[in-house]
Amino acid sequence: MPNVAGMADEDDPLFKALADGTRRAILDELVARDGQTLFELCARLTTNRGLASSRQAVSQHLDVLERAGLVRSRRQGRYRLHDVDTRPLARIARRWPVPGTGAAPQPDAPRTRTPDTRTPATRTPHPEDES
Amino acid sequence: MRIHLSSIMVDDQRKALAFYTDVLGFLPKHDVPVGEDAWITVVSPEDPDGVQLVLEPDSHPAVRPFKDALVADGIPFTSFAVADVAAEHERLTALGVKFTQPPTPMGPAITAVFDDTCGNLIQIEQMA
Repeated sequence: MPNVAGMADEDDPLFKALADGTRRAILDELVARDGQTLFELCARLTTNRGLASSRQAVSQHLDVLERAGLVRSRRQGRYRLHDVDTRPLARIARRWPVPGTGAAPQPDAPRTRTPDTRTPATRTPHPEDES
Repeated sequence: MRIHLSSIMVDDQRKALAFYTDVLGFLPKHDVPVGEDAWITVVSPEDPDGVQLVLEPDSHPAVRPFKDALVADGIPFTSFAVADVAAEHERLTALGVKFTQPPTPMGPAITAVFDDTCGNLIQIEQMA
């Protein structure tokens, strides 16, 4: 069955998690400091970004990020702390390698189309290009 | 009308009195036996005639679940003003106090959050 627009795949939770400005701001704040409580995250979102989300809303955003594997929560004593985990983002670069970033295509990645346009800024020069 | 008492629910009044005086540096004001418990208040040495903090026993069954839920999410229910959050963080850390949030700029303020060892998180705040 051919792929159709809107078809779900295993990366859906990842892209849904990223498709929201508040959730991206949460990731930014966790990159600034790992191991935050819900209280600290909410305070940072309010004062650093002017976001007025309720604690409950932020808690739900954290659940979405956790399902995507981008945030991990752990219990330390009586506190629940949240850490960022950017490893799932590597799947994006593996799926759509970015030239010049060292992200090589997977050997078995299906080649659906041979590049036929020159993109000098990003493409590695090849002898055949000179013909 | 003015505020003259504010309460904090503590799991052990004697332990709390020691922490709030020996570690935080407040002064004992009242310590009167009331049944099995006591009426204990402390004041700031910077304002000994000012607002008293009541160290209230948290034995009511509704209190522990409430405190636990706040602490799990890192929420301080009480805040004290300090002149220098970084200096207090350093002083209290040296005394073994655990912080859930180190000094962090929050808009016009710098705040930090520590555990009072009696079941509460406390925020300290310095206005810029």
